[in-house]
Amino acid sequence: MSRLQINNLSKSFGGLSAVLNFDFNVGKQELVGLIGPNGAGKTTVFNLITGVYKPDQGTICLEDKDITGLHPYDICKKGIARTFQNIRLFNDLTVLDNVKVALHTDVPYSLTTAVLRLPTFFKGEEQISRQALDYLKIFDLDKKKDEIASNLPYGEQRRLEIARALATRPSLLILDEPAAGMNPNETQELMKLINWIKEEFHLSILLIEHDMSLVMGVCERIYVLDYGQIIAEGTPQEIRNNKRVIEAYLGEEVE
Amino acid sequence: MEDKRRRWGKFLLEVIVLAALFTVVQYLIATGLLNRYYQINLTLMGINIILAVSLNLINGFTGQLSLGHAGFMAIGAFASVIMTTLLGYPFMIGILAGMLAAAVAGFIIGVPTLRLKGDYLAIATLGFGEIIRVVLQNIDYIGGPAGISGISKMTTWPVLFIATVITIVVIVNMINSSYGRAIISVREDEIAAEIMGVNTTKYKVLAFVVGAGFAGLAGALYAHYFYIIKPETFNFLKSFDILVMVVLGGLGSTTGAVIAAAFITALNVVLQEYAAVRMIIYALILIIVMIYRPQGLLGNKELTRRSFDKIWSGRHVSSANK
Repeated sequence: MSRLQINNLSKSFGGLSAVLNFDFNVGKQELVGLIGPNGAGKTTVFNLITGVYKPDQGTICLEDKDITGLHPYDICKKGIARTFQNIRLFNDLTVLDNVKVALHTDVPYSLTTAVLRLPTFFKGEEQISRQALDYLKIFDLDKKKDEIASNLPYGEQRRLEIARALATRPSLLILDEPAAGMNPNETQELMKLINWIKEEFHLSILLIEHDMSLVMGVCERIYVLDYGQIIAEGTPQEIRNNKRVIEAYLGEEVE
Repeated sequence: MEDKRRRWGKFLLEVIVLAALFTVVQYLIATGLLNRYYQINLTLMGINIILAVSLNLINGFTGQLSLGHAGFMAIGAFASVIMTTLLGYPFMIGILAGMLAAAVAGFIIGVPTLRLKGDYLAIATLGFGEIIRVVLQNIDYIGGPAGISGISKMTTWPVLFIATVITIVVIVNMINSSYGRAIISVREDEIAAEIMGVNTTKYKVLAFVVGAGFAGLAGALYAHYFYIIKPETFNFLKSFDILVMVVLGGLGSTTGAVIAAAFITALNVVLQEYAAVRMIIYALILIIVMIYRPQGLLGNKELTRRSFDKIWSGRHVSSANK
């Protein structure tokens, strides 16, 4: 049984079909990469999976349950979390509060309890803070918990976004260009971290990335998307030698 | 354990400060040191604080620009007066009816309009605020444009004080909880909030309903102080007055809203003596603040005891350096 199963998914904007007859699956604890040239429709696929867009046709199933067309917040509760290509943190909030928002899916007290400040509220807040701090520790951000998110350096903002996504307790984590703007050292570190959280939290991970060393290094399976359609699927080794992939990236060979 | 003790200490301190404030003003009123004119403005100050803090929940924390706050105030005022003056129920019932009616109106208006964003939402709420006023003007049961008069004065200092404190406490406690963080996340980034599991529509409506309910409370207090209410009092200029307080104090700062509401009410009193140039000076002050503090007096920060400590220790350090 696969964790995420997508069948025949299509989405068009006006006359342009951004994604066409897309079939796709991610296994349990599998790390799958989605690559393709700019404008191939990768981010659209992510937006369809997380409910930001509604698909024109096709089905998306998580753990064999149909989640097609649900609201993003319901999809989040079913167990899919993501980060964004252009970081979307809650900029005016502290680092800690950013993660705390993600823990809102499971608040241990009611609104009335919060307004009346009953003991359950304080206990619940303590628990939320402790959990949020645990997630920050994983990403080495616990010392910066009181800083305003927008004041963090770029690499740390990316890490905070992953921490925040992880705090929603997903079974599938979707990363949209996690290494964008990072130097090779930071990318290396990130690769290790991604592998580690996959094992630690029994996650399936789906990532878009342009950094080929990262993709080839960590992904167990890779899908290649071009003009909204899958043109190849396989292990990194197979993808590397696939003629259609090379054509899509570099163009055809001149005779 | 340590936390618990600190929490109780803070709570006790707040109670003492509030009790002292209450007693001092009560004493000034009882001995006649605070004359009728100042008492009127004190009442207005309390009402304005309730209005500004509740609008700030919608505009400042949730980030949804609403310009219909006076409409909810009108509903609270008329609903409460119907209960007390026309039907003879006690004031408490009138207040609760006013809050409930305004909250229900907030829900009915909020559900369709909160799909809109930014300017569109502002225009829609402005329109609804005016619709409320015009509808009220055309109901004969509540006197049409002439409104209702002969309302007995029941908004005393204790009632006003308790209502203001409850408003602030409820909104502050709400904001400083997981529900408040969800509300603020809507302001920060709606898409990210949805992806993180926050039902943004639900929290926008929640903030709108709570804000409207407290505007209803302000309306009820207003009606039972000034003997007469007319729908015309609650036109869109009243909504703008409240918005000015919120923006001046800083969007997303409850202490800012309180300070700005108190400041603007007091400013009106001071400028009363210069009737001819009153509006000019008022406008100039607003312009100057907006030029030098575009984020409002407090920005989105809160004034807490810790910020006083910070200022104090800052002075300490700078004087030590000399």
